[in-house]
Amino acid sequence: MRIKEHPILDFKETKKLHFMYNGKQVYGFEGDTIASALHALGIKTLRHSIELKRPRGFYCAIGNCASCNMIVDGTPNVRTCITPLKEGMQVETQKDKGVYNETR
Amino acid sequence: MKHVDLLIIGGGPSGLAAAKMAAESGVSSLIIERDTKVGGQLVKQTHMFFGSEKQYAKTRGINIAEILINDCKEHDDKISYMTETTVVGLYPDYVVTVMDRNHKYSKIKANTILVATGASEKVLAFENNDLPGIYGAGAVQTLMNVHGVLPGQDVVMVGSGNIGLIVSYQLMQAGVNVKRVIEAASVIGGYKVHASKLKRLGVEITTNMTVKSAQGNGALESIVVQKLDDDWQFIPGTEEEISVDALCISVGLSPLSNLLSMVGCEMKYVSALGGNVPVIDHSHETTVPNIFVAGDVCGVEEASSAIVEGYYVGLIIGNRLGKTHPHYERLIQDFTQQLDNLRSGPFGEKTRSGLAQLRGEQHA
Ligand SMILES: Cc1cc2nc3c(=O)[nH]c(=O)nc-3n(C[C@H](O)[C@H](O)[C@H](O)COP(=O)(O)OP(=O)(O)OC[C@H]3O[C@@H](n4cnc5c(N)ncnc54)[C@H](O)[C@@H]3O)c2cc1C
Ligand code: FES
Repeated sequence: MRIKEHPILDFKETKKLHFMYNGKQVYGFEGDTIASALHALGIKTLRHSIELKRPRGFYCAIGNCASCNMIVDGTPNVRTCITPLKEGMQVETQKDKGVYNETR
Repeated sequence: MKHVDLLIIGGGPSGLAAAKMAAESGVSSLIIERDTKVGGQLVKQTHMFFGSEKQYAKTRGINIAEILINDCKEHDDKISYMTETTVVGLYPDYVVTVMDRNHKYSKIKANTILVATGASEKVLAFENNDLPGIYGAGAVQTLMNVHGVLPGQDVVMVGSGNIGLIVSYQLMQAGVNVKRVIEAASVIGGYKVHASKLKRLGVEITTNMTVKSAQGNGALESIVVQKLDDDWQFIPGTEEEISVDALCISVGLSPLSNLLSMVGCEMKYVSALGGNVPVIDHSHETTVPNIFVAGDVCGVEEASSAIVEGYYVGLIIGNRLGKTHPHYERLIQDFTQQLDNLRSGPFGEKTRSGLAQLRGEQHA
């Protein structure tokens, strides 16, 4: 859910950005991080823990804890809490350690 | 390999302040910041700050960030930035490795390095503490105040220090129902003004209570809280279930000092300063020559002291590089005095004792 009215801050509506979440088209706004756009859509689970496959969301939102890692445009372990959302991004839930792709 | 005079790791208040003073002294610097923009923790702080006029009291944190960023803009010829870039390694030959926004790695060499990485929020151990919906209080503050997104509808805050109290108030401002603030200690940790503001809004602050477990199918749905005795032991039969869709954890910060351990700086665990901190001398230089520190990374305090430490270290680094600020002596004295003032009084006691412990001094 997005804040509509706030006593101090003024959230102007910015440009809509379309992106793919697990193969489905969704949207966020310019200024969003990937994690904030997903959270606004009610999506809290961003990855699964490596061993026990427990659902995980973000925790620190400053790029420090890796709890928000997702696969973005094919690259795993992207910290979605500090990665700006861009039009056309492919975002996927990460379910393992991820594979390093040297050709990228 | 790129080579710079002064490399600043972290563009928070302390890093920005240091860049400004170094620039005034004639030194060029490069600020590396992993977030999308500089400003550090200040970019989400919508409340007015305490302290004295000199450290921008009665100004909102977000506006203090603007002031510091604009000050740096006046030295555009001397200060450059790399944002969305994380420093991942710091080595004894004064080389850092960085990962940029395209996940590409590169190396930068520097004559002097300032580590101004700030601090991170601690986690709390309880059953299912990893459920989505359980967040650091500062993280929720970022989500709300920077991105305009609500963490949930019903929230419980764990911890009644200033951050817990301030973020609770800001949750209410954004229209979220703060069901309760719980505190394990027997007294409220933060300033009375912040607690009173919350109480006026009808938010209950319960002391001697902590969270025992969290429940939810895929995401947080409820928590169980329980009373503690004065020895922090659970009191049987006092469990209470509260339904929430978000839980904020605000149980303190610890310095982000791992790069300093990596390069071999002597470290010391000082609980009053938040955890593992580098051993430093009065010029804020670590035991590795030409590696300096400022702000929360060398002891969790406040933005006001982080800014003044930044100015102070910026002057010292300038001098070290042979570029002495025209008002060096006067400014060093002024900033030393300001830090002493900030750390005086009952709320400065923790910092004073922590610094004394770090320096191996006897504390009265
Ligand atoms: C909710 C809340 C309320 C607060 N209220 C007040 C108040 O009323 N008054 C007050 O004086 N203080 C307040 N503070 C404290 C204040 O925000 C901090 O003390 C201050 O921001 C510390 O400044 P800093 O420059 O040391 O670190 P930070 O502001 O944390 O900045 C560090 C920067 O370094 C970056 N970084 C870290 N690691 C790396 C890396 N490896 N590579 C690249 N970049 C990196 C981070 O992204 C960050 O931008 C509050 C804090 C919070 C969370
Ligand atoms: S939530 Fe911690 S790195 Fe993104």
